[in-house]
Amino acid sequence: MDEKDRLLLTLLDQNSRLPSRELAELVDLDEQDVNERIRLMEGTGIIQQYTAVIDWEKAGDGEVAVILELKVSPERDFGYDKVAERIARFRQVRSVRLVSGIYDLELVVTGRNIHEVARFVSEQIAPMDHIRETATVLIMKTYKENGHIFYEKEEGERLPLSI
Amino acid sequence: MKDHVSRKAREIPPSGIRKFFDLIQEMEDVISLGVGEPDFATPWNICESSIYSIEQGATSYSSNRGMPALCEEVTRYLDRRFNLTYNPHKEIVITSGASEALDIAVRAIVDPGDEVLVAEPCYVAYAPNVILAGGHPVPVPCLEQDAFRLTADALVEAVSSRTKAVMINFPNNPTGGVMDAASLRAIIDIIVDHDLILISDEIYAELSYEAQHVAAATVGDAWERTITINGFSKAYAMTGWRVGYLCAPEALSDTALKIHQYVMLCAPVMGQVAAREALRHGDRARDEMISEYKMRRNLFVRGLNRIGLPCHMPQGAFYAFPSVGLTGLSDQEFAERLLTEEHVAVVPGSVFGTSGSGHIRCSYATSRENLKSALDRIEAFLSTL
Repeated sequence: MDEKDRLLLTLLDQNSRLPSRELAELVDLDEQDVNERIRLMEGTGIIQQYTAVIDWEKAGDGEVAVILELKVSPERDFGYDKVAERIARFRQVRSVRLVSGIYDLELVVTGRNIHEVARFVSEQIAPMDHIRETATVLIMKTYKENGHIFYEKEEGERLPLSI
Repeated sequence: MKDHVSRKAREIPPSGIRKFFDLIQEMEDVISLGVGEPDFATPWNICESSIYSIEQGATSYSSNRGMPALCEEVTRYLDRRFNLTYNPHKEIVITSGASEALDIAVRAIVDPGDEVLVAEPCYVAYAPNVILAGGHPVPVPCLEQDAFRLTADALVEAVSSRTKAVMINFPNNPTGGVMDAASLRAIIDIIVDHDLILISDEIYAELSYEAQHVAAATVGDAWERTITINGFSKAYAMTGWRVGYLCAPEALSDTALKIHQYVMLCAPVMGQVAAREALRHGDRARDEMISEYKMRRNLFVRGLNRIGLPCHMPQGAFYAFPSVGLTGLSDQEFAERLLTEEHVAVVPGSVFGTSGSGHIRCSYATSRENLKSALDRIEAFLSTL
């Protein structure tokens, strides 16, 4: 990993669809070199996936998402890993993080409606071994996701010409 | 009524871009590469600190020199970034942008009849600043063959017994040229030999892409005779806040402070608060913007050369300065036709002095999408010639 790799990652994080020719021009490398670097970073798992940031509310899809916070009893030799990995396998779980503070794991869980999510939490997650407590927070509106602002911003007006 | 306009005011040339301004107003779908300011909004922490200070009632004058906390922050910053040492209580004046700093620097040293050597191509205010102070601006060309640096030979040729000072701006608007330590030393030796003052406008210092910027005052014996000018507009995307500064040995900065006190009283306090925040917590945002400019430069300059507009790789600032000589058009004709035929606004190089003619200034402080579309349009325009 060098400075150019980091720049490539930053660019792909902002827009994973940038063509390699443009990436090459931006970071001042040959296109072939860029493809090779990206292939290596994909191979080592630094680049995990190419995805889109979607404003689902605007798409009118009506899915609901909650932040689910869990208090977990860590296991000897494994800590939180086994529980977290078990939870991560559920299709409904979009993300799992170990966090500091009152709770241990923080999840984002999605479902078609709040009843489906509630059933998932109460029937699948809460009764699991090592889960001591849950708190469910309904996401009401997303303003910014993965660095992208969802609401309309007014652009400041610049002079068309200035010296 | 007779004409009451002063001779000096009449002597100042009108803006070289007025005509283009008028043309743009009548057009839609213009891509402007003619803008001399960042396209980023000021980083939010900087805005927020200023908004908070207004809510707290910080709306009065500051001391003439500037808020002491800002003066201290600026001198610490100059030391940290450029190894440049000034006393925050004696050797700095916070101004309304670097523009005011240029004006009061010139007025602090120029007597009627004095000549000031102006390294060209350059920012359009230098010559008018000198004229308004009663002096005579003398252009010294910085040529493409020298990577747009000011050379000792060109400087020696221009020095006369009436020369008082030399004005330089590196990284340069409009060429993107920079001066390394060796090329600075060569001109500073001459400046010392002839006992001149150096006014060094370093507003683009942070926008130096290949090598760390060298502050002129740190080279050789330059410090005692250098007025260093800088500001927040370009590096921190703060053009509208109007905050800059001037640093110089006490005798010079005291004189500049006296003028500043009468013409400006103090720089806007909201801007000073914002500037302090920029220096305290703005490094990361600044560096991200600079990284983006550098990538745009790579994209755009490669593109220019690909489509047949030869362009020297600019080492600093956010301008490309390609030559239009091969097209057979003058820079004025090229810019005017490019605007009317393809709706791309650029600035003719001759606006920045005679030595800029045959080039156009293209600012890459605009989105990558704009730059790509502009390249397509310029290519289409070139194919019609």
